[in-house]
Amino acid sequence: MRRQLFASALLVGLSASASQAQTVAITGGKIYPVSGPVIERGTVLMRDGRIVAVGADVAIPANAQRIDATGKVVTPGIVNAATQLGLVEISAVPGTREMTARGREGIAAAFMPWEGLNPTSVLLGPARDGGITSAVIYPQGGLISGQAAVIHLVPGTATDMVLRAPVAMVASLGQVNGMPRAETIMRLREVLTDARVYRTRRVDFERAQTRPFAASRLDLDALLPVLDGRLPMLINADKASDIEAAMRLAKEFNFRLIIGGGAEAWQIADKLAAAKVPVLTGAMNNIPGTFASLGQRQENAGILARAGVSVSLVGNAGGGDEEAFNVRNVRYEAGNAVAYGMDWNAALRAITLSPAEVFGVADRVGSLQAGKLADVVVWSGDPFEFASQPERVFVQGVQTTTPSRQDLLEQRYKTLPPNYRTP
Amino acid sequence: MRQSAIALTVGLVVAAAQTGASQAPAQATTRPTPSDTTPSVPMRGGVSMPNADPFPSTYQPLASRPTLIRNVTILTAAGPTIRNGSVLLRDGKIAEVGPSVAAPADAVIIEGFGKYVTPGIIDTHSHIGGGGAPGDNGAQTNDINEATAPVTAHVWVEHSVWPQDAQFPRTLAGGVTTIQVLPGSANLIGGRSVVLKVVPSRTAQGMKFPGAKYGLKMACGENPKRVYASRGPSTRMGNVAGYRAAWIQAEAYRRRWDKWNARHTGDAPTRDLGLETLAEVLRGNILVHNHCYRADEMVQMMDVAKEFGYAIRSIHHGVEAYKIADLLARDSISASVWADWGGFKLEAADAIRGNMAILNRAGVRTVMHSDDASGEQRLNQEAAKAMAQGNRIGVNVSEDDAIKWMTIHPAWALGLDDKIGSIQTGKNADVVLWSGNPFSVYSRAEKVWIDGAMLYDRLDPTSQWRTDFELGFVPANRGGAR
Repeated sequence: MRRQLFASALLVGLSASASQAQTVAITGGKIYPVSGPVIERGTVLMRDGRIVAVGADVAIPANAQRIDATGKVVTPGIVNAATQLGLVEISAVPGTREMTARGREGIAAAFMPWEGLNPTSVLLGPARDGGITSAVIYPQGGLISGQAAVIHLVPGTATDMVLRAPVAMVASLGQVNGMPRAETIMRLREVLTDARVYRTRRVDFERAQTRPFAASRLDLDALLPVLDGRLPMLINADKASDIEAAMRLAKEFNFRLIIGGGAEAWQIADKLAAAKVPVLTGAMNNIPGTFASLGQRQENAGILARAGVSVSLVGNAGGGDEEAFNVRNVRYEAGNAVAYGMDWNAALRAITLSPAEVFGVADRVGSLQAGKLADVVVWSGDPFEFASQPERVFVQGVQTTTPSRQDLLEQRYKTLPPNYRTP
Repeated sequence: MRQSAIALTVGLVVAAAQTGASQAPAQATTRPTPSDTTPSVPMRGGVSMPNADPFPSTYQPLASRPTLIRNVTILTAAGPTIRNGSVLLRDGKIAEVGPSVAAPADAVIIEGFGKYVTPGIIDTHSHIGGGGAPGDNGAQTNDINEATAPVTAHVWVEHSVWPQDAQFPRTLAGGVTTIQVLPGSANLIGGRSVVLKVVPSRTAQGMKFPGAKYGLKMACGENPKRVYASRGPSTRMGNVAGYRAAWIQAEAYRRRWDKWNARHTGDAPTRDLGLETLAEVLRGNILVHNHCYRADEMVQMMDVAKEFGYAIRSIHHGVEAYKIADLLARDSISASVWADWGGFKLEAADAIRGNMAILNRAGVRTVMHSDDASGEQRLNQEAAKAMAQGNRIGVNVSEDDAIKWMTIHPAWALGLDDKIGSIQTGKNADVVLWSGNPFSVYSRAEKVWIDGAMLYDRLDPTSQWRTDFELGFVPANRGGAR
């Protein structure tokens, strides 16, 4: 494990914001780079918002701020692959919900929810303080909900926060809006077929010399990158037969498929592995909550990972508002996945590098590697354990210390302020 | 089950009668006690007696063998952790617990090296059985909200309980042995709750905890005013007026009946199922479980309770309970709360993870509740989260405290702390053996006993309870495929 991962040659730097012009060395911690083997006592060196070196024998510049992480655990920042951070503040208040487009008959392919991202959401702080440094944000609802993006939990404007967009087209199979499952497949096929035709007959379309299409111009345009293989299609499907239907569509239209939900994915793990279809799923689901998820079980993630499927763990047990308020809790999905048979390192990968790869941001986040953005978490212990806390969270090399709204409430009531002492 | 967050607070109802004893109704304190001694003789006006137990528990403990678990760490919920201790279960009770217990000749011996024993976990806020799985629209398994009028004190949630709900065996596998099933929170007064043992049965009656009191579910705030926006109440002030109007009627009803019961002359007053339940609350025989998020509303409800002379046994959800921890402690109101849920509506926006720790420090009986069939399976993990947050912010919580949040405190909230909730000699042998420290994410309930009978063994998949529904519909999960 003495392998030195350090590679100062990569010290380039698409200058991150100027305030980060600082060199920080986290020393002595047990480092899980994820992209390489564990380093029992090592150093992570960051400069100007980038990781400069990771290894057991890293030369630390004299001007570096040293952070002693002896006895601690150091991991990449967590990438939560299923959130609506910044798209919803209080889900029961429609004025704070920004994740569902009206669309046309369930089709909203052109919808780019990150254009409505709220960079001052009070939910960003608790997520970041919980060790989440990147998050995939999704549209929701209908047959084609719109497009997903990866946001970076840096303090700043909405523009600063969008790490990459779009990263996926989001759709659903199974019964959608009351349609039987074969009709949702039919509708999806109809729209994709029309997008194909649209691509070759745009001029005719502009002259109104085509038949009517099953989706609007904007939606058809938005689907072209999917047909070109440039943008993956994330299809939410739980029932094994729906997952298989999604795989058939992917083959038919030659698009890259990601499965979301995937309650019964374990039943066709080998097929998913052979077709290299990544799955986003949770590890706390075992209730036959619908007739489409009768086979749901907590061993799902472990079975898929052992079969060779790329698994990203997400919080989708149904309660607890994992999509916004409790985005931070995805690390407990990883712990539960381990309790139900997943390898520990695979579980860590499933909340860091795997989702980064699936959504095309692994060149910048997801592992501790020289050249990547300095998203680093120092934990008091095993990051999957309840008793462990993220003690320091760096996003692009900067440790944010602004208290969250929840911190402020906690501080206010920990000791009752004098003007509140009378009931 | 996000929708269940809507279904917050309703009281528990528990049927009467102590285990084994002659079905003595718990309502015995009620003045007009129906004759417990001559149950087979129809009384004058027998069917009109407000304290009859018309759906009596038929629960019988399953067969058990004397069992000694030894060399195990015991979180007793009654005192300090016992390291390397032993606990003996015999005849459905905890016969002995301590550093060392002699093994009776006929006992099954279980070696507990590296493992933990706790009391059976108790959830004060469940909807399983009443809100069953699958919950597909059209499956008609959602029977917890009688959202047809703001006050439906006349409904009893046990009449909605489907014993074949596949959520029951999963809850048991989480180490949960007793649950209170509550009506939902659509209504100001939602109806009676029921306390169930998490055991296989063909009937709800076969799951009812013998001798447990009933509860009453009440709900504050957004849910009722949203559900009844068009017909009222549509405001929080309308909500409070609604509770008060109901209690005024209940008080008159109680007086009419108490008077008649004292003399038994003339015609008995006409029965009213709803007022009968409310009158029993006023007599102290039914415990109030009040769904309430905001601290200021909790205090309004405390004043309503004082106005009519009843007690709130537990505030449920209470995401702002930490703001009035001192007042809850003063009035002996327990707080059934989550570790970290919040934000899903404005009245839940001030949820903080330090809630439980702050309540605990103030001396409030703090209860880890679920309101969710998934969370109910992992109350130990939720408690671990809340304990960790307390320790992080300097409001320290020990494991000996945190274990109480899911055992003896909920037992108290259900009025059952004399029977369950701790590892103490004489208590019901509701016991969980955990594969490791129950506050670790990696630990799982390995064996679960209820009244001394082993109901769950993770290591023996073929013995595990499968509901009728699961047969054929749900692939058998036999722990293979590892």
